[in-house]
Amino acid sequence: MATTVHEPPKIEQKPPTGVTDRPPEPARTGIWVGLAAIAMSFAAFTSAIIVRQGSGNDWQHIVVPRILFFNTAILILSSLTLEVARKKVASFIRGQGATRAQAMGWLTATLGMGLVFVAGQYAAWLQLRSEGLYLATNPNCSFFYLLTAVHAIHVLGGLGGLARVIRRLAPAVPILRKSTMDATSYYWHFMGILWVYLLCVVWLKL
Amino acid sequence: MSQEAAIAHHGPPTSFLRKHVFSVDHKVIGKQYFALAIVAVFIGMILSWLMRFHLVWPNAALPGLQWLSKVGAPAGVMTPEYYLSLLTMHGTLMVFFVLTNAPFAAFGNYFLPIQIGAEDMAFPRFNMMSFWTTFAAFVVLMAAFFVPDGPPISGWTAYAPLSAVGSDAGPGQGLGQTLWGLSIAIFCIASLLGSLNFISTTLDLRAKGMTLMRMPVSTWAWFITSCIALLAFAVLLPACLLLVLDRIAGTSFFIPAGLVISDRLQPHSGGSPLLWQHLFWFFGHPEVYIAILPAMGIVSHILINSMRRPLLSHKVVIGSMMAIGFLSYMVWGHHMFVSGMNPFSALVFSFPTLVITIPATVLTLIWLGSLYGSRLQITTASLFSLGFISMFVSGGVSGFFLAQPSIDIYLHATYFVVGHFHLVMGVAAIFGIFAATYFWFPKMSGRMMNETLGKIHFWFTFVGAYCIFMPFHYLGLAGNVRRTSSFVYDYAQPLIPVHKFITIAALCTGAVQFIFLINLLYSRFKGAPAPDNPWNATSLEWTVPSPPPWNNFGGKHPVVYHDPYQYGVEGASGDFIMQNSPEKVPVRS
Repeated sequence: MATTVHEPPKIEQKPPTGVTDRPPEPARTGIWVGLAAIAMSFAAFTSAIIVRQGSGNDWQHIVVPRILFFNTAILILSSLTLEVARKKVASFIRGQGATRAQAMGWLTATLGMGLVFVAGQYAAWLQLRSEGLYLATNPNCSFFYLLTAVHAIHVLGGLGGLARVIRRLAPAVPILRKSTMDATSYYWHFMGILWVYLLCVVWLKL
Repeated sequence: MSQEAAIAHHGPPTSFLRKHVFSVDHKVIGKQYFALAIVAVFIGMILSWLMRFHLVWPNAALPGLQWLSKVGAPAGVMTPEYYLSLLTMHGTLMVFFVLTNAPFAAFGNYFLPIQIGAEDMAFPRFNMMSFWTTFAAFVVLMAAFFVPDGPPISGWTAYAPLSAVGSDAGPGQGLGQTLWGLSIAIFCIASLLGSLNFISTTLDLRAKGMTLMRMPVSTWAWFITSCIALLAFAVLLPACLLLVLDRIAGTSFFIPAGLVISDRLQPHSGGSPLLWQHLFWFFGHPEVYIAILPAMGIVSHILINSMRRPLLSHKVVIGSMMAIGFLSYMVWGHHMFVSGMNPFSALVFSFPTLVITIPATVLTLIWLGSLYGSRLQITTASLFSLGFISMFVSGGVSGFFLAQPSIDIYLHATYFVVGHFHLVMGVAAIFGIFAATYFWFPKMSGRMMNETLGKIHFWFTFVGAYCIFMPFHYLGLAGNVRRTSSFVYDYAQPLIPVHKFITIAALCTGAVQFIFLINLLYSRFKGAPAPDNPWNATSLEWTVPSPPPWNNFGGKHPVVYHDPYQYGVEGASGDFIMQNSPEKVPVRS
């Protein structure tokens, strides 16, 4: 039996492999990592809702303000306009026909609809308040205010991202990277999907 | 866009503030995390001294303690409630600001980018925000010492409903507990930003030739830890938000109906205290691995260097760490065997708890098997690495008992658990931090630490830690309940001499840590100049000057040709081959 417990390592004979020469674009990875964390947080909220519904007999299901459905439509529509904007931006940067004004127009439209959505959410809060439903009135109200507020903060973050994209597209020679545009759009679409999910959570009784 | 332009995140710092305070350089940020952890660990240690002192000399006044809190320690003798305040702050400081910050955020920040051949983190500004957010969390937590009722008394786990109802639950449960909740929420945001950076950097910024399997095991450990931290802190953040709302906004997430505390009916209804425990421990158990996994990687990295040969299997080590990370999400309920949850759930959580010992055992066997027959170079870093294995095994063995609900029900509220988690999580991770400090200090500061002082520090700490924490197991088996500041029951009286022994050991072992502090500070300014590669190591951090320039590789992009640990290769020109060396060596048949 050999006295040594293991063999010396083998040397790699091949030339360096692995990472390619493609320029690294961490935003492409970072956005998915960030979305995973956000999804996990909302999964935690969801589990809290499920446990809380079963823990007491004080759960009073509220009728959600109708403006939420309008807000939902606006947010979904803004995802569509952002997709158009993404195509126009790519076309403009590659010089394939679209103008900067077209790209900016669609981006600004998306930004505007995002602002309308946040304002609409605030209007929904005001409506609940006028009905005497406050944060601590009942657990469903608590979760409604909490989830809409946390989601709205994330949407505001997305609006910041959109503003950044517009700013980077504005100079004579745009400094916007494709990965930044893509990451912003993935985030925005995720906010839309997340909102539809949250609407179902507060609207339907789990 | 050229690769150079894409990688050049930022230019050299131009002002004092940009260079030393609000720096986006991952190395400065790593050192800032380390400094914060040092401050936190000494505060935490002094708190433990105060607790140990009070336990065995309950009526002796500690001069100056009344300065810290007139209410909590009138005339220098602490009240039972203030003992719990110190206990809470000790646990919170140690778990969050030491065991998370030092091995993961501090050393990970400094060395992960260099070990993969990157110029900086993927998102340097996020990185800076991450540290300063952590610092803000620290300030908010420390502020709890200075509010009228003092720090919270509900422990670092802040169990609801006592943590949720406000000052009716006792001194410190007012503003102090709110500050605790806010501090931890802020800390979560910082950790999420940090994890995002670690993951993106590892996946996107590796040098040419640095395949995933060529990453050093320490980088793997930080990467896996960041994946765990990303999902764990993403759950603790909502939990803290719900807790703070219960406290300040009148909601009832965690507070049940009809709860009477301090003769007052609490104006809440229908909440679930168990919900807090589930959310907290869903974070809390992975947190144990956030503390220990980086230490596992660091210790492996150091031992390989000291043995001058790789571990038995690089792949199995990485696979075991991944398995631990994955399983860490399935075992949180083993902290709740006595919580009143469904007893069948206990069985469900007991099984994966026992399963997770398999990859942990595999790791231990690989360390021991690799050490067997090796001619280990005895340095302070390798001694602390061996100490880590010793503490991890000693603390881990008691975990087998606690994983079984029927045994845990007896032991859960006793000092047995205190001994278990201090050894396996606290001391083991601290030994990993010490090993990392002695190993990487030359690279970080450009100066060597004093090895003789280091070895004295090791031996006193090693023996001292066992003297403190092994007797805890005996106390627990004897039924000594934890979280109490005095021994009022007759059956506990014979145990007081054991407590005195532990207290003296704690005071002495704590005092020894000042040798480390003196060594650290003295070496920083007066230590012998460090060469670029003092340990004849192979990974990329040793290819750059000590300390590295602001852009790590001086604007060049390293190319990696080898696996991370090419030691003792037959036919090579030397005892080791660095990862970026283009030297070709015949493959051994």
